[in-house]
Amino acid sequence: MDFPFDLLINAIVAGLLLGGFYAAVTAGISISFGMLDIVNIGHPAFIILGSYIAYFFNINYHVDPILTCLILSPVFYLLGTGIYQVYYLSFEKRGQQSLRGLAFFFGVLFVTEVMLLLVFGVDYRYVEASYIGPSIHIGILDLPLRMLVPCVGSLILFGAIQLFISYTFTGRAVLAVSQDQLALQLMAADPIRIKRIAFGISIAVAAMAGAFLIIIQPVEPSVGREYIGRVFAICVLGGLGSMPGTLVAAMLLGVIESITATFYGPSWAPAVSFGVLLLTLAFRPSGLLGR
Amino acid sequence: MRMPLFTLIAIVVAIVVFVLLRLPNVEYLFVAGYTIVQYIVLSTAWNILGGYCGYVNFGSAAFFALGAYSTVALATFGTQLDDLVPESVAPFFHLIFPLPLPVLIVIGGVVSGIVGFGTGYLTLRLRGAFFAIATLALSVVLQTLVVNWDFVGGSGGAYVVRPGEFPGLGSYMQYLFLLILGLAVLSLVLARWIERSRLGYGFAAIRDDELAAEASGVPTLRLKLIATTLSGALMGMAGAPFPYYIGYLAPVSAFGLEYAVNSIAMPLIGGTTNWAGPLIGTILLGTLQQVTTVTISSAVNVLLVGVLLIAFVIIAPNGIVGLVQERLQARRRK
Repeated sequence: MDFPFDLLINAIVAGLLLGGFYAAVTAGISISFGMLDIVNIGHPAFIILGSYIAYFFNINYHVDPILTCLILSPVFYLLGTGIYQVYYLSFEKRGQQSLRGLAFFFGVLFVTEVMLLLVFGVDYRYVEASYIGPSIHIGILDLPLRMLVPCVGSLILFGAIQLFISYTFTGRAVLAVSQDQLALQLMAADPIRIKRIAFGISIAVAAMAGAFLIIIQPVEPSVGREYIGRVFAICVLGGLGSMPGTLVAAMLLGVIESITATFYGPSWAPAVSFGVLLLTLAFRPSGLLGR
Repeated sequence: MRMPLFTLIAIVVAIVVFVLLRLPNVEYLFVAGYTIVQYIVLSTAWNILGGYCGYVNFGSAAFFALGAYSTVALATFGTQLDDLVPESVAPFFHLIFPLPLPVLIVIGGVVSGIVGFGTGYLTLRLRGAFFAIATLALSVVLQTLVVNWDFVGGSGGAYVVRPGEFPGLGSYMQYLFLLILGLAVLSLVLARWIERSRLGYGFAAIRDDELAAEASGVPTLRLKLIATTLSGALMGMAGAPFPYYIGYLAPVSAFGLEYAVNSIAMPLIGGTTNWAGPLIGTILLGTLQQVTTVTISSAVNVLLVGVLLIAFVIIAPNGIVGLVQERLQARRRK
């Protein structure tokens, strides 16, 4: 039997496009979990929230989903800073982040999901935009625009975060806070303020990822759960807090998932990321590009 | 052998509960009661690892479902014996199948215990957060496996025929209730015993400061593995009779998020450092849930649990037991 090469190549390309999107989904977690050491398992809830807001404005006012989330990202930023403030005062300050902080974010994830369920119901929701539907064909390659646009958008977003972290004072302070809080205080920067800003950014990024998500696939409230394992798998595989590592890991996971879905059926795809996560934790907990 | 007082009291209370529920002759009491008692087992089991050791397990649903699905697998195996085993050994299998429920409970416990041990062994050497994430991952992996495994019904689910009557007791539901009540007694006795043993002091040392515990010679990894195994096994035991209770088991219901949320929320609301905490939390929250499910809707009921969980971890970090203890201490000072 011939090995279906065009199928394989298409699976790899689809995986790379998916991986680009995963990078945007994980970027927020890389900041909050990787750099700030805040185990925000509620992160996917904010992604789904972003998706639903994009959906709401798209259906009622025909606004482009990406534009909606871009305009609303300051709101999400504020939401993020607010949540961090509660988290800091209730858990971090008292040194209880490990047990109760985790339970707190779990509660946030859960409450957001049920609220969306009560407001929008369990039906799958999708958006309408000019780039959903058509594909570009190059030789044997099929490039659906609904994958290409989120991927390119994600990569731009990802690049912007990388630039922010490497070249601005605040961005470098975020890196510093993950390494040595005390030293940062000596540089006259307030670690709590820096963490608040960084956490706000991570939530704003989540909302943007939400807009990309609803372009790629229809969304219902519990979709977020699938992403918990995925984002943490990528984050850990990439080496906590390493942005280039996150990108590589996201692409890798995208390709593995896409190949699994193509050759073994899509019902196996969710297990891939979790399998990767468990294997990484067991054999190389510092990740691919870990420090 | 002298029976410890606490065990005796627990058994007496369980018998009294059972007899009282039988008096009005309303089957619904057992149906609703089963859910609450099942959560006593789950939340106590969660608390052995989460409350005593400080390691968060988000995968209660996975361990629970593992117990439930071992029952389904064995029950299906029992009904298809003639196709699955060679004729020469078939009579032997016919003799032991269908397996009695207590045996299934033990098997469910062993399976979940082994998986708990495995997950712990892979991740407990790392920081606590990794264990929590791995348990979240575990539920999705297991759910995917079950969905793709046709023998136990795949994504469509499996029917398990519940016998109509249990000899000597009346309805089979009462028998199921009695079994889960027994499990609840077992887990409470176990939890209280752990609290007062060397094991419990070791757990508390890990919870308070793992590095210091390790430095003072507490075998932290071994203790943590004991806790995950025990906790996982109890959850599996709670899951084993579930297919008979529900009659039709689908992956969505067995891996339901409400198991994970409730088994975390109940101990945290009740109080995590004491065996009574999960019990109080379960009775309060479980009853509240039964009432809201019937009077309002089940979506509102899960929302309520989430909101209560967030409120309690922020406002009353030591739960109801903690609040009562503070009140008592304040009074003593006067």
